[in-house]
Amino acid sequence: MKVGLFIPCYINQLYPQVAIATLELLEKLGQDVYYPEGQTCCGQPLGNSGYEENSKGACQIFVENFKEYDYIVGPSGSCIYHVKHHFDILEQTPEVIKVRDNAYELCEFIVKVLGKINLGASFPYKVGLHKSCHGLRGLKLGSCSEKMDAYYSIEENLLNQVIGLKLMILSRKDECCGFGGTFSVFEEAISVKMGKDRIKDHIDSHVEVITGADHSCLMHLEGLINRNKQPLKVMHIAEILNSCI
Amino acid sequence: MSHSKKAEIFNKNEAKVNWHDKALWYVREKRDLSAHKVQGWEYLRELASGIKANVLSNLDEYLIQFEKNAQKNGIKVHWASNAEEHNIIVNNILAEHNAKKVVKSKSMLTEECHLNPYLESKGIEVIDTDLGERIVQLAKESPSHIVLPAIHKTKEEVDILFQEYLGTKPNFGNPEYLTHEARKHLRDKFLKADAAITGVNFAIADTGGFVVCTNEGNADMGAHLAKVHIACMGIEKIIPKEKHLGIFLRLLARSATGQPITTYSSHFNKPATGKEMHIVIVDNGRTEQLSREDFRASLHCIRCGACMNTCPIYRRSGGHSYDATIPGPIGSILSPGMDMKKHSSLPFASTLCGSCSNVCPVKINIHKQLYKWRQVIVKQQKQPLLKNSILKIAGVVLSKPRLYSLSGKSARFILKKAPKFMIYNRLNTWGKARDLPEVKNEIFDEWYKKRTKNG
Repeated sequence: MKVGLFIPCYINQLYPQVAIATLELLEKLGQDVYYPEGQTCCGQPLGNSGYEENSKGACQIFVENFKEYDYIVGPSGSCIYHVKHHFDILEQTPEVIKVRDNAYELCEFIVKVLGKINLGASFPYKVGLHKSCHGLRGLKLGSCSEKMDAYYSIEENLLNQVIGLKLMILSRKDECCGFGGTFSVFEEAISVKMGKDRIKDHIDSHVEVITGADHSCLMHLEGLINRNKQPLKVMHIAEILNSCI
Repeated sequence: MSHSKKAEIFNKNEAKVNWHDKALWYVREKRDLSAHKVQGWEYLRELASGIKANVLSNLDEYLIQFEKNAQKNGIKVHWASNAEEHNIIVNNILAEHNAKKVVKSKSMLTEECHLNPYLESKGIEVIDTDLGERIVQLAKESPSHIVLPAIHKTKEEVDILFQEYLGTKPNFGNPEYLTHEARKHLRDKFLKADAAITGVNFAIADTGGFVVCTNEGNADMGAHLAKVHIACMGIEKIIPKEKHLGIFLRLLARSATGQPITTYSSHFNKPATGKEMHIVIVDNGRTEQLSREDFRASLHCIRCGACMNTCPIYRRSGGHSYDATIPGPIGSILSPGMDMKKHSSLPFASTLCGSCSNVCPVKINIHKQLYKWRQVIVKQQKQPLLKNSILKIAGVVLSKPRLYSLSGKSARFILKKAPKFMIYNRLNTWGKARDLPEVKNEIFDEWYKKRTKNG
């Protein structure tokens, strides 16, 4: 079984430690992981801004890069969501269909495909989980607070197995952080206010480290935390699951 | 003015934003609690959505069936293809009865048609009798929410407003006193009204009757006291059978406010002896929306307002920032269909978080329609030059791995080496309130290559 490692553009450029943790974690779990060269972007920033037409080139490259793998795994719920739900703008060749069907967000891949939840990690901190919208409501990584379905959370299942980690309870369990891609710039005032409110919820809940399965939300929150010098650290869930502290 | 500009102004008063957000979140939580008590809630939503889809696919037949049955019951039925026709029809009915004083219960359709200013221009007094609507009417504002029209106003603001218009005593925003005074004021208006206008929540094809839901009983009070009752409805308000009310009434109030049912669910079937009942059925852009396959399901809407209460952007920008009759997520998919130029910023006033689609009792895929409107708007409306060029260039760069790698390198070089004032300036909207990510020495590509080389 060949796993193609998909590293979203901004993670490659700005958060290499997240990519490294993802790769190490998958290898630790015995996977045969390849990182195809020449990855750019899944096209999400363009699609969400209304420029889907202009993103076809990027989507096509994505398919070219990953068509030979059994699974495509990446540490970002929203990018994977984009591949699965918005690559309908490409002609649906067998290759495109295969890539869309086999694209997985990291946590989802570990739990659903590999069937593992205890990864042998330890991380002795109070952690707040930010459930990113595209992962939660889009990829269904957990039940949503709006729905009356039975409760579950793939991310919480994984974090609850980490030795020493204490998962803190937030007052608004799955409210959006306000990143939203280009929304963060075009609706700056609301985006910032939403982020500040999310951070306050974590601080009020005595969280030491905010984590999540989508680093773009975390980048937005980290930008606010650093500007306002708040006592919180931000880490991707892959970094925690790959920790042995 | 775009949504983002108006929202920015609303956000100048952070304490008020916090208050607005909390008030609406409270309603959202009440909705959650009440929906949890209904076994098979998700199934009910499924049913409601299916019925609405069936209605939209057979709208012509249901409407004619409804008209026939309503006429059989002695109701006079009128058809209006747009807002202007609607207003003329209502005015003509009032003129026939020489009605000069009108009481009106909540109807978003009459807001959409701007009926009040039209009737006022003909010398008719129109009093909104829903308390929230009366408040915004006195303040000469529009509703900022479809269920809670005055949610943007604090009780202290209402206190001052009532002192000015109703002659109340200063009372530090005492809700009980204010409501009592409003009640006295409205009672007088009810007693003197020549005609009553109401909206319609559900029109039943099978019986020709219709249902109006209120919490204050103001629709009944108006309709029962006045000689003439005019009910105005959009063509999409039809449901096939009376038994379907069992689905929609259970969903409506729980979704709207967390109540098991609205205090009054009033069934109107025929005029009382010696009185007249009229129904005005209005298109006003709805058939056009029906023809847009991607956006058709927006006509499922039963106007519960749940998408507003849950929307993190609505809660923090206030309804008036949307500058549309229907604000919030549902308004953002309906309004561009009415006037794309005016409302082109609305589909972008969302992070596409999807919470709206999850609460919607008739399962409208709101966030997916927002995404689709964005694609349409970028093609059909002129976009800001900077946004347009950046995104188009990005499209080219992202389709060429080498060019992409080069641009990544230079961007990181600039972020790392350039002095702070060059990076944090007014062109950098991100950096107004947020720090940029720290640039590391190595990107993942480089790390991976090195690792492979070292084997």
